[in-house]
Amino acid sequence: MSKPGKQAIGQQILAAFRAAGAVEVAPDILLPAETLLDLYGEDIRARAYVTQDPIRGEVMLRPDFTVPVVQMHMENGAEPARYCYLGEVFRKQDHGDTQPAQPRDNEYLQAGFELFARDADADAEVFALFHGILAPLRLQATMGDMDLLMDAVRALPLSGARRAALLHHIWRPGRFSRLLDRFSAVAAPRIFEDPGAPWTGLRSPDEMQARIARLQADRAEPPLPAESVARLQRLFAVQAPAPQALAELRQLAGEIPDIADAVERLAASLSRLAARGIDLATIRFDASHGRHTMEYYDGMTFSFATPGRADWPPVATGGRYDALTAVLGQGRSIPAVGGVIRPGLVHELGGLS
Amino acid sequence: MIRLGVPSKGRLMEQSFDWFAARGVTLSRAGSDREYAGRVEGAENVALVLLSAGEIPRELRAGRIHLGVTGIDLIREKLAGWRSHVEEVAPMGFGHADLILAVPACWSDCEDLDDFATIARDFRAAHGFRLRIATKYHRLVRAWLSAGEVADYQLVDSQGATEGTVANQTAEAIADITSSGATLRANHLKVIAAEPILRSQAVLFRSLAAGDEGEVRAFAARLGL
Repeated sequence: MSKPGKQAIGQQILAAFRAAGAVEVAPDILLPAETLLDLYGEDIRARAYVTQDPIRGEVMLRPDFTVPVVQMHMENGAEPARYCYLGEVFRKQDHGDTQPAQPRDNEYLQAGFELFARDADADAEVFALFHGILAPLRLQATMGDMDLLMDAVRALPLSGARRAALLHHIWRPGRFSRLLDRFSAVAAPRIFEDPGAPWTGLRSPDEMQARIARLQADRAEPPLPAESVARLQRLFAVQAPAPQALAELRQLAGEIPDIADAVERLAASLSRLAARGIDLATIRFDASHGRHTMEYYDGMTFSFATPGRADWPPVATGGRYDALTAVLGQGRSIPAVGGVIRPGLVHELGGLS
Repeated sequence: MIRLGVPSKGRLMEQSFDWFAARGVTLSRAGSDREYAGRVEGAENVALVLLSAGEIPRELRAGRIHLGVTGIDLIREKLAGWRSHVEEVAPMGFGHADLILAVPACWSDCEDLDDFATIARDFRAAHGFRLRIATKYHRLVRAWLSAGEVADYQLVDSQGATEGTVANQTAEAIADITSSGATLRANHLKVIAAEPILRSQAVLFRSLAAGDEGEVRAFAARLGL
């Protein structure tokens, strides 16, 4: 596979991003590891190349562009701002017990676009931009909306602690559903016997007592009604062409009034896409799409995948990540939405023209 | 000539020698105790290579030895895609040890992985950094916690005296190999989760890269395998 060929396609995409008003930026390849590790945890350590610098400490070969671009914007940018970039990212491919005959690339190009704006049109602008660039490839576009799911979770008749636990684990489907099961039953009494061991470690006795008190208070909580769980599961399972999904969501909003606002925001976004000439029937809406993406996508999410190539990663992915800017901004948050395209995969599909 | 890799010292070496002796092949160190050369009696065309147990996975993968004795834990930790590089010839029935996750015994609210996940989340909120697990088995522990969908933790490297890291406050929990659990108890730690991360024992592995399969099979047959 020719590197100049991929580069040329990357440049083509970059030109389209520039034409959409973006300023090109070039974040470092070697990034301080601490921020990325704190954000993504061990998942990123498993995927990224981490190495040691005698002065700077742990550093990481750029596993994605979003974090350095957000940091750069928060230091000296003003909204609205549009940035684009083209460069390599590095990801270890640890395949488990068996090594595949053709290992996936551990170094590949990403061309990206990030938009920082308080404008309601931002979601549609980014999605339509990607849709337009990738149109010649006839990819399958899928869209999700984490806002909807989170609003539905917030609407459950639960204590604040239980609600926070569910929201925290919304990106981990197994743990989330175990929590739902637990909250659906009367909590079994637990006895916390003093093990007679001396206290050791940094976690304090007060921290443990606080959790035990929470578990005991939790026993007084009424179980989650079965119909609440069923409604939530129906929402999470919505998966259809966008117009049909919207109709289903509007119907669900009749039963979960707290998602009505999010459903209407989605409806407005979709009509903006239609106004930009996109045939909504070709977009698949999958309510749970964002649960399988990066933890910090917390609004619209999207991906463009190659039909018939389930073994390929998506050609493009993106979404809204306000939560990420909130974490990186130390209290300051900026609405942000963006995405990346993999020029290497575009090249394998024969290019954009 | 088949090259057979065996741990170069300690109980693992002695038990390996006993295991082969019980199958009619006598292995011994050549010359003095300090020399890492070996002798083989009872089989033709076999050379004994004495190696540190931790290096045997790498040598098997590279095909520099045809057969090697080492723990399942070391193979799985050190060889990504291990099934593509080695084949288990025979479990040897010694060197039993479990890779486990242990927390302070004083944590009476921590009985299983669900408790652990919640404690990790609380800890991160209270202390501003992820709960630290000291280990040298990074890949195995991370894969296991990822399968259990535990977030809010980080691994810190510990190549020795891992049980001491909790008292020293350089980690909140540990993941390590244990056989009797005595060291854990002495350091006021307890094992959580009913099933260990991995049950390990010494296994005779065959290198897929070394080739000479016919000769290796003949030797295995000589051992009654």
